Amino acid sequence: MKAVCFYFQIHQPFRLKRYRFFDIGNDHYYYDDFANDDIITRIAQRSYIPAAETLLRMIEESKGKFRCAISITGVALEQCEQYVPEFVDVLKKLADTGKVEFLAETYAHSLSSLVDPVEFAAQVKAHGEKIKALFGVEPKVLRNTELIYCDDLAPQILDMGYKGVITEGAKHILGWKSPNYVYSSASAPKLKMLLKNSKLSDDIAFRFSNPEWESYPLTADKYMDWIANTPEDEQIVNLFLNLETFGEMQPRETGIFQFLEALPRFAAERGVDFWTPSEAIAKLKPVDSLHVMHPISWADEARDTSAWLGNRLQNEAFEKLYSVAERVRLCDDRRLKQDWNYLQASDHFFYMCTKHMDDGAVHSHFSPYETPFMAFTNYMNALADFIVRVEEQYPLSIENEELDALLTTIRNQAREIATLNKELTSMRKNVEHYNEERKLREALQAKEETPAKPKKAATKKAKVEEPAVVEAPAEEAKPKKRCVRKKKEA
Amino acid sequence: MFGWEFPPHILGGLGTASYGLTKGMWECGDMDITFVIPKPHGDEEKWFAKIIGASQVPIAWRDVNRDYVENRIGNVMDPDMYYRLRSNIYADFNYMRTNDLGCIEFSGRYPDNLLEEINNYSICAGVIARTEEFDVIHSHDWLTYPAGIHAKQVTGKPLVIHVHATDFDRSRGNVNPTVFNIERDGMLHADHIITVSNLTRNTVIEKYGIDPAKVTTVHNAVEPLSEELLNVTANKPKEKVVTFLGRITMQKGPEYFVEAAAKVLKNNHNVRFVMAGSGDMMDKMINLAAERGIADRFHFPGFQKGKQVYEMLKASDVYIMPSVSEPFGISPLEAMQMGVPSIISKQSGCAEILDNVIKTDYWDIDAMADAIYSIVTYPAMYEQLRQDGLDEVNKITWDKAGAKVIAIYNKVLNRK
Repeated sequence: MKAVCFYFQIHQPFRLKRYRFFDIGNDHYYYDDFANDDIITRIAQRSYIPAAETLLRMIEESKGKFRCAISITGVALEQCEQYVPEFVDVLKKLADTGKVEFLAETYAHSLSSLVDPVEFAAQVKAHGEKIKALFGVEPKVLRNTELIYCDDLAPQILDMGYKGVITEGAKHILGWKSPNYVYSSASAPKLKMLLKNSKLSDDIAFRFSNPEWESYPLTADKYMDWIANTPEDEQIVNLFLNLETFGEMQPRETGIFQFLEALPRFAAERGVDFWTPSEAIAKLKPVDSLHVMHPISWADEARDTSAWLGNRLQNEAFEKLYSVAERVRLCDDRRLKQDWNYLQASDHFFYMCTKHMDDGAVHSHFSPYETPFMAFTNYMNALADFIVRVEEQYPLSIENEELDALLTTIRNQAREIATLNKELTSMRKNVEHYNEERKLREALQAKEETPAKPKKAATKKAKVEEPAVVEAPAEEAKPKKRCVRKKKEA
Repeated sequence: MFGWEFPPHILGGLGTASYGLTKGMWECGDMDITFVIPKPHGDEEKWFAKIIGASQVPIAWRDVNRDYVENRIGNVMDPDMYYRLRSNIYADFNYMRTNDLGCIEFSGRYPDNLLEEINNYSICAGVIARTEEFDVIHSHDWLTYPAGIHAKQVTGKPLVIHVHATDFDRSRGNVNPTVFNIERDGMLHADHIITVSNLTRNTVIEKYGIDPAKVTTVHNAVEPLSEELLNVTANKPKEKVVTFLGRITMQKGPEYFVEAAAKVLKNNHNVRFVMAGSGDMMDKMINLAAERGIADRFHFPGFQKGKQVYEMLKASDVYIMPSVSEPFGISPLEAMQMGVPSIISKQSGCAEILDNVIKTDYWDIDAMADAIYSIVTYPAMYEQLRQDGLDEVNKITWDKAGAKVIAIYNKVLNRK
């Protein structure tokens, strides 16, 4: 029994507008709305929507036998909600079939896992919440940004509650081993790994419409033959693709949608199943554990992180960005947090790549900039402005620990003030209660003794007494408030 | 080869390029090169090419003895050569102003009577063509085209002309009709035309109406710098230095540099700008800098020569060349050799072969200012451009250009 595990990635970054250095400190909006709208709408029309509808049809026609997984980043979801809400509706329909698994990943498509575990955890959590809110499902398997994975990450991933992780079947990691099994992580044996079958995935993603390829034209029949003819005991073929492969990278005219749609029929003929990543992890036992010393990814020839952090420019930008990470987490300005997410997208670093040859061509194909140097300059200018804004929230002269302590004091004092206020109101009530009681009592006494005169005096007395009692606790709270303000100034 | 300048006595990029190319071709082997220049000084490098000075070529018979010749021109020419040339005088040029050896005096520069010098040069070329044996004639730039045509007519050997610049570059479009005619005449007579960039190639094809099939681009290269020049010391001010080096003329776009500087200085005071060179727009630029209120940060040290150029570069953090039209532009390559990140205009020929530089349109002062700011502000940008620029420029060598030129020779000679 063999199975195919399909997973489709959806991501679009918020591209930056041309941001000059004289905008630093003056203009706090960094995004090229026109380009972002244009690109996501075009790709959604040409690829995302027809591809998702094809998947929906495949699930219906195969009566649920076809299954797959989808991973969509938080920033891509935000763009879809903003510009092409109809696509979100199709995704909801897919989620409702119950045959499509949504994977966890970083909200901002960030590289935070490489430097900042706290940020990484926060982003995965934020992403999970967004998926839950929109599609009503909770991700069980993690797909880190660009399939980045290494041994150091595994324990954290397991701690966050994920049983499986999806990554690249990089040749330098696997050696003679086949990606068509489930492996376990060497540093966290309970974490199962699904590895991308690069050859079969790239056959669709890159070679499908290349007439110079010896297997051209690729048909669903032939493709399923290849899968069925893999060695007997290899049970799972992981095909991880960008969803835009369908319709954008391989245009509609190449017949890519028909190819996709025909797959379940030919799979059924050969007894090949479709599993979601969760199913694969539940059904299969790991055959071996895998050591991954250095981070791997699915990008470029090298399959490492050099696509984003391969030169000085990228490293400088990356370090500058994460130097303020802790600060940003301390503050609660929502717009600042939003920019923080958008600026973290790995794509900004991808554009700064100075590689040549084939890799360079891929980088410049996606880049909105003419050269990596322009990408760097533009990003750094926007980042400089962002850092200025973070500084405005909290001056950089204060150390993070000190700031944290101060913030805790402020929060504690706020809490204290709240409790004092509560006490105050209850006291006030008591006083009022007491006064009323006394009034009643005095009234009764007056009735018993002489009516008119003493009653007036009593009410007067009560009126005078009341504010005096109220004032005392109010003054007690005031100096505290002043003290808080002083701390803030400091 | 006919050229006008040859190091060490050069006035512009033409001499450097002719020298580099000749040496590069020599390195490819199996080639004897005779290089004709108007006026040699005797201190030229001669080991890879035979240098003939037009000012030592007799065009009128003088009966002079060997000792006298040795005494007069021995430092630049072998007396035997003089006699061989003398026996090939092809017409009576006694009406010309000649000296005691029957030669014409040349300034070897760009004097006011340039057209006359060009004509004289071509007369000498006739004598040389009849004396020397060669397979191909190669003329560098318009000054030597008439000489090349003359040599071709005398010997029937194929003529290759090398376009280092056209008058369209020098004049931003207001061409001098005489120069244009000389250039076009040369191009029409040439069997093949070599241009220093695709930009120039397009000019040749479109503005001079030349058949694209006989125009080929061979990009210039650079000579590796000597240890001495690489290690020059310079006093660096504590501010960052942005440098413009070149003639301050319309072609070089100096006003865009001033405007960009004004933009940068609005936000960043830690920068100084230097416009080194001289030219007809210098006074205008000084005025403009004063007008923008940046004169305290904008300096005009005047024309720099020899080692001063490298000291200047050594002290710089950014090199900028905002040329409006630059056939090739060798100076950014030199800056890169010195490890200075460069910003060049997209309208310069060297932009076609350089990756590790910042390219902007010459009129886009915003982009230029942004690039300057980026390099002086972000150390990673500086380091990246510096290192990768060095690696890149060290791979641009003349022998590769030389090989391409040799391939063109073989083509015009119908050899394989």
